[in-house]
Amino acid sequence: MSFLGGGIFSGMAVTLRNFVGSYFDPDRLTTNDYSWRPEGQLPQSAGEYPREEGEQLSDTTTVTNYSRNFPMLLHDGGDNPMDAIRCVACQICERECPPQCIYIEKDYDENGKFIKRPAVFDIDISVCMGCQICVEVCPFDSIVMNSQFELSTPNRFDGLLLHRGDLLKSNDYYHRIHPEEAKARDQRMAVEKAAKEAKKKAAAEAAKKKAEEKARAEAEAKAQEETGDKEEEAQ
Amino acid sequence: MVAPNYELIAQDGLETSLLEVSMGPHHPSTHGVFRMDVKLDGETVVDLKPVFGYLHRNHEKLAENMSYLANMPFTDRLDYFNSMTNNWAYALAAEGLVEIEVPERAEYLRVIMAELTRLVNHVSLVGFFVNDLGALGTPLMYAFREREKILDLFEEASGARMMCNYFRFGGLRCDVPAGWLDRAREVVDQFPEFLDEYEKLLCENEIILSRTQGIGTLSRELAINAGITGPMLRASGVAYDLRKVDAYGIYDRFQFRVPYGEVGDCYDRFMVRMLEMRESVQILRQALDGIPEGEIMGKAPRVFKPKPAEVYGRVEGPKGELGFYLIADGTPKPYRYRVRPPSLINLTVLRDMCLGQKIADAVVILGSIDIVLGEVDR
Repeated sequence: MSFLGGGIFSGMAVTLRNFVGSYFDPDRLTTNDYSWRPEGQLPQSAGEYPREEGEQLSDTTTVTNYSRNFPMLLHDGGDNPMDAIRCVACQICERECPPQCIYIEKDYDENGKFIKRPAVFDIDISVCMGCQICVEVCPFDSIVMNSQFELSTPNRFDGLLLHRGDLLKSNDYYHRIHPEEAKARDQRMAVEKAAKEAKKKAAAEAAKKKAEEKARAEAEAKAQEETGDKEEEAQ
Repeated sequence: MVAPNYELIAQDGLETSLLEVSMGPHHPSTHGVFRMDVKLDGETVVDLKPVFGYLHRNHEKLAENMSYLANMPFTDRLDYFNSMTNNWAYALAAEGLVEIEVPERAEYLRVIMAELTRLVNHVSLVGFFVNDLGALGTPLMYAFREREKILDLFEEASGARMMCNYFRFGGLRCDVPAGWLDRAREVVDQFPEFLDEYEKLLCENEIILSRTQGIGTLSRELAINAGITGPMLRASGVAYDLRKVDAYGIYDRFQFRVPYGEVGDCYDRFMVRMLEMRESVQILRQALDGIPEGEIMGKAPRVFKPKPAEVYGRVEGPKGELGFYLIADGTPKPYRYRVRPPSLINLTVLRDMCLGQKIADAVVILGSIDIVLGEVDR
């Protein structure tokens, strides 16, 4: 527009269009609309926040399928998760963690023999930055990212230090919060396991074959010796 | 421009003196904890001293004490608006140490992520810039509405909105989920519509024109001599873009133009960014059309332990040339690690641009430089 102030008026027209349009087109809203999220993935009473005192969010509450915030430990067991914990306390994640927020102690039985699981596994989530490096370096697929975001606590020391018990989650839970990622991971683990078993089998067979060959060679040598002896005798 | 010697000036028999104002470190116009010690003669800036370092977190020394990969999430936090391009520059540097071939699909995804990042950065810069001018709220909210759509894409691909940590040496951490490319195309396709509206909202506005035109002029010579890069250099009339000059990644395959200004004032810096967004949309369309199927991770060594060498990797970040300089000594940790932050180097000419301007314009000039204190102080 050519007159002075015309630019301001045309800008106002844009503002008006957005204001009216936001009632019809959610894309014009300047606030985030979470209502499109699938069932089970939105805060359960997103409309009434803060919730009533003592009301807890269910375990499956996440923001999206793909979001991550802090790590959790996976187990394959049901009632007693420590029996089927995947972590073997190899301490690779503790070493690789960029902000050094993981602390692990190995577990020993009465005889002082190392049983492959952690006695202590702490993650200080006031230090953790959710970078996922621990997930990538873990060779046992035992640590993955959680997406539970209701972690506020009145105590900033103990409340933000997650212990082994807080971190342990079942594989089923992982499947609920990150279905695609969990499926892909399970498939890859199955393939790796099959490959490992095949390798083991092949190695066992090779060892067996080798032993057989050795036995045969020994037998042949013995036979040859015997025939040699006989020949000598004949002469 | 040299500041005149105003120690104590007697005018018309009145004793006047200079006023020293400390703007910041907690001032809404300083985009973080940054201080400008300004000397004022009335309203005119006669001297200005930028004071920074409040957000120093030892980024470079920290990286020398951890493995190459472990530093990747820290690069996100340099310029927290553009974690993807930060990742790319660092990955480029590290890939130069061991020479990993990046698969085709990963290269395309890298370009897509980098250009989406450029949209995010420029759209929020324009929002903050007019916010500094006094247009509180509305343009910034519209900018953030569009930014949020792109951040949703980032979250789907990488798991985090801003601290993506998505690039790896030799490719990307994971492939994008199914349907992501379609959603990205949707966002990209509706972006020019938003830009039209945004230009109508801002570019004809007389207040913006009168407050930015001729303000904070940065001459071509000074821009080159001071090592200014990015949109700020281009606004001063130098068509220098690393995407054209270096053609890192696969940028030589895309058709796009490099917008540049003539005067080098705040208006040019604002318009260069508006125009660059349109070019980014062009690149994004070509990349989304041409992306092939395939692997997203090259043959990277399991343990990243480069032979002794030194390397400098740089990309055209949304704010300018972002470079990472690495010296490897044969251990899994870098011997020396250094960032070339575009925000810091672009900030060095702040005094030259502000001398002789009004104090209210100093705020606008600082806003037009486009700094993020996370990168200035490191």
